[in-house]
Amino acid sequence: MNMPFKWLNDYVKIDKDPKEYASRMTMTGSKVEGWEDMGAEIENVVCGRILSIDKHPDADKLVVCQIDIGKDQPVQIVTGATNLKVGDLVPAALHPSKLPGGVVIKKTKMRGIESNGMLCSIAELGLTLHDCPYAIENGILVLPEEYGKPGDDIRKVLGFDETVFEFEITPNRPDCLSMIGLARETAASFELPLTLPDPVIKETTDDINNYLSVDIESDLCPRYTAAMAKDIVIKPSPKWMRDRLRNAGVRPINNIVDITNYVMLEYGQPMHAFDYSCIDDNHIIVRLSRSGETTKTLDGQDRVLADNTLLITDPKKVIGIAGVMGGENSEITESTKMIVFESATFDGPTVRVASRKIGMRTEASSRFEKGLDCENTMPALLRACQLVEELGAGKIIGGIVDAYPKKKQHRRIKLDSDRVNSFIGIDISKEQMEKYLLSLGFELEGDDIIVPFWRDDVEGFADISEEIARLYGYDKIASSSFAGETAVGGFTPRQKFERKLANDCFAFGFSEAKTLTFVGSKVFDALRLPSDSVLRKAVTIFNPLGEDQSMMRTTPIHSIMEVMARNYNFRAPSARIFEQATVFLPKLDEKGNVKTDELPLEKDILTMSLYGNGNFFTLKGCVNAILDDCGIKGYDYIPSSENPSYHPGRYAEIQASDGKVIGHIGQIHPEVSKKYGADTEIYMAELDCDILFELQDTEHSYHPLPRYPAVTRDLAVICDKGVYASHLEKSIKKGGGKNLELIEVFDVYEGAQVGAGKKSIAFALSFRSYDHTLTDDEINGAMEKILKLLNEECGASIRA
Amino acid sequence: MKEQLELILKNGLAEIQAAVSRDELEKARVKYLGKKGELTLILRSMGGLSPEERPVAGQLANKVREELTNAIENAFSEIAAKANAEKIKAETIDVTLPGASVELGKKHPLSIVLDEIYDIFSSMGFSIVKGPEVELDYYNFEALNIPKNHPARDTQDTFYINDNILLRTQTSPVQVRTMEKQKPPIRIIAPGRVYRSDPVDATHSPVFHQIEGLVVDKGITMGDLKGTLEVFAKELYGNDTVVRFRPHHFPFTEPSAEMDVMCFKCQGKGCRLCKGEGWIEILGCGMVHPEVLRNCGIDPDVYSGFAFGVGLERIVMRRFNIDDMRLLFENDLRFLKQF
Repeated sequence: MNMPFKWLNDYVKIDKDPKEYASRMTMTGSKVEGWEDMGAEIENVVCGRILSIDKHPDADKLVVCQIDIGKDQPVQIVTGATNLKVGDLVPAALHPSKLPGGVVIKKTKMRGIESNGMLCSIAELGLTLHDCPYAIENGILVLPEEYGKPGDDIRKVLGFDETVFEFEITPNRPDCLSMIGLARETAASFELPLTLPDPVIKETTDDINNYLSVDIESDLCPRYTAAMAKDIVIKPSPKWMRDRLRNAGVRPINNIVDITNYVMLEYGQPMHAFDYSCIDDNHIIVRLSRSGETTKTLDGQDRVLADNTLLITDPKKVIGIAGVMGGENSEITESTKMIVFESATFDGPTVRVASRKIGMRTEASSRFEKGLDCENTMPALLRACQLVEELGAGKIIGGIVDAYPKKKQHRRIKLDSDRVNSFIGIDISKEQMEKYLLSLGFELEGDDIIVPFWRDDVEGFADISEEIARLYGYDKIASSSFAGETAVGGFTPRQKFERKLANDCFAFGFSEAKTLTFVGSKVFDALRLPSDSVLRKAVTIFNPLGEDQSMMRTTPIHSIMEVMARNYNFRAPSARIFEQATVFLPKLDEKGNVKTDELPLEKDILTMSLYGNGNFFTLKGCVNAILDDCGIKGYDYIPSSENPSYHPGRYAEIQASDGKVIGHIGQIHPEVSKKYGADTEIYMAELDCDILFELQDTEHSYHPLPRYPAVTRDLAVICDKGVYASHLEKSIKKGGGKNLELIEVFDVYEGAQVGAGKKSIAFALSFRSYDHTLTDDEINGAMEKILKLLNEECGASIRA
Repeated sequence: MKEQLELILKNGLAEIQAAVSRDELEKARVKYLGKKGELTLILRSMGGLSPEERPVAGQLANKVREELTNAIENAFSEIAAKANAEKIKAETIDVTLPGASVELGKKHPLSIVLDEIYDIFSSMGFSIVKGPEVELDYYNFEALNIPKNHPARDTQDTFYINDNILLRTQTSPVQVRTMEKQKPPIRIIAPGRVYRSDPVDATHSPVFHQIEGLVVDKGITMGDLKGTLEVFAKELYGNDTVVRFRPHHFPFTEPSAEMDVMCFKCQGKGCRLCKGEGWIEILGCGMVHPEVLRNCGIDPDVYSGFAFGVGLERIVMRRFNIDDMRLLFENDLRFLKQF
């Protein structure tokens, strides 16, 4: 809402410097976003009267003017304009002067003749024909005689001597989308008297009931008030009104339209004027749209009306979309002779939906959708009639049509001053509270506060407290610390667990990423997911920013691959990244379709990825360390080529001892890497945080340190190349029995020395008993058993 | 004999002194103290002495042996020490060569600041709770006093899944979920991702983070709200931070306020950073609206509370002088490694 400060002074006499005014208003709840001195860009431009016009001796298209600027001597200005005559009053930019857009005017010579400035057109002053209907577009602005005298500052003459404040009005205060509303807040904030207009119509003729009747057929229109005027003369509105509208950011059109806009700005009540001759059967009906109805709005657009759009109609046609825009068929034109003013209220959500469906948000709809006070329609209507009379735009027809089925009642709230004091944490007297409320237009009856009609937002005790607190000043409320039972705050076990996982990742050199959670269907193709993959069943956004951001991710791979590829393309030689990435897994019905009426399962996946400076086994080592740190025992890596996003020969599913899938680890499929523009080996591990948390066992209990020495034996075996090391280990473990403390692989060899299709693996075994020193016999026995099992179970034999 | 012994001692000591290696020293030891050494031979010949001479000579011979033995031992240690010193000297390295590279992973700047915020509030007895990001319209709007087609929905461009499900636009639904489950006293903060359909640019992202706070108990006042948030601002920005609370409107709090901090750059005079206002908006807050309490089955005549919501990105960007929000989500290691 833009508020011209001089206009404000119609209602509150206030003289404050803009900063001081803005600061106080902001602190009482009307936030000032900024203010603008409307004439700031114009400097040293004055009214001048043309004393003489002479031909330029050396230029056919130029003339030399002597201009009276109210000083002893006239100034000489050369111009190319052809619309001037001696005696004209014109804007003269003197030497040196400034014009809108940073233009600087200085004296100069034009074809040898000195020119001490410039005569200005409307465009050069930042104006349009709407602001100056008496002017011409291509030529010097010739000012009407009554505008001023030579030497007057043009800013004053053209109404630029105004400071306009921009307020951020919150949606609960549509009353403040008006001069009167802001005047009321100003008066209360500065403890000044408030004077409101009291519109009086001096003379009426005839009776409106001879011309018009109104029916409301929907309770979404609480009140419809109408007045009429005849003998209308359409012309520009007077300068004062045009200046005020322009400063408030509204384009002047003609006297009748300007009046409706002026009243809207002043009262916050949108008004509409219909050409009476276009209303069939002298009858206005407010009703809901019928299926398939269309209309053409004022902006010339044909519009199909959605069902349940509230309309202003006559018995034959639609003449307006309630609260949004009037119809073209009943528009005010040059030839309009009789008008109907509409001042009504409509259900906010209904207007909001209608304006949205039509895709048109107007000054009117943005006010109506917040819910307007139906008691405000009458004063606004009277004000419009008064202005018609005052502007000589026409004659007011006697009476008013007021369709108002259910009179609004005042809301009453008890003033409990003790409760207000203890709720806010202040200590002020009841009298002080009453003073604040009275200054805002509340009335008092005993202990009852009577809420003014325009404050539908004030519903109860908390709202009253806010009114009192904001005028008292939030800054004066003493800060305190709340009492109550002492509470132990902090993290839940799950949150602590997640932090521990993150700390492990930091220790292994993985930096934390935060990625966006959106994907598009192309992502699933890039990840090589088959068309029936369950991961393609995603939560889908109805109104996404774009197809590539239209779904919630079901896998973290895409987000992390983007990060890895970005770093790769920024030439990072190596990267280690992790994220505790939330995925969104929709609930599915028996047929496997997404259940759209249920919230998805949100799951955190600890996702780690690396390239350069490390390989599969680097990542596997980190995963092992994390699983060990979680106290998870007996997990297993199950090789598989089934995961389409991973390299078929470099992927394993990580299984818990009970078969639960803890996660995945592997090299991202080279085709996938290529799709992301990272033609390198990228390794990734995905660990399900829910399952890790469930399996974790961090109940630590001390084991005595070993008192007897360990005995180590190396063992190298030859087996088929395809035999997994984990199978060999299993056999060794079985054969080694309880005394086998540790198995480590220290060498893997494939080549000529072991023969084609074979490999050799060397293990370092460590035996130890907790109750005695192991004898050679014991160890030899174990080794024999190991060899036997290796041979039987894995076809492996000792390497000679 | 006495002369002989003294001569052996004198010669022996001279030879030990002259020895420069373990070998020479060993030779000297054998020559004097060995089985066929000079001193041994003399001792053997002591049988020819008279009983009166024998103890005297014996005493002297033992003394000579003791002195020679000590001298040899000392000489051995000296040589060993010298050799050691040389070896250590030879081990000298250039300590100015670079260290072997060990890289710790880095915490994301959003997590760094979030952890600080956790610390501040958990020390005041707040618990940390989380809620779903794909959320019911009821929790995100309706229960928070924002019915369908309420104009307040305009300020939060919402991603909808369908009529009843959306991507939460704020962390406030966690307030409702918490109050439904837990009866007062309640002291929580709820951090998390939120979504609004703003295209990505330097100051907007369709995905960003908020931290919600909620306190509900008997006798909670607006002064408590101010006190708590002042502590928060000072802990986060430093003790000399100046804050102000100015009236505002949120459908789910009444009275409502926004908290500004005095512009760090111009100290309230007005500059480009604060758009001339002298203050920078940090968070929205207020006393929990009685209707919201009622929606959660808490009697507003018995209990009161305050709530606040703060955007994490803005705080992080200001803290680290980051001028483009996109950097926070691109995860460029050159960026992440700076923190």
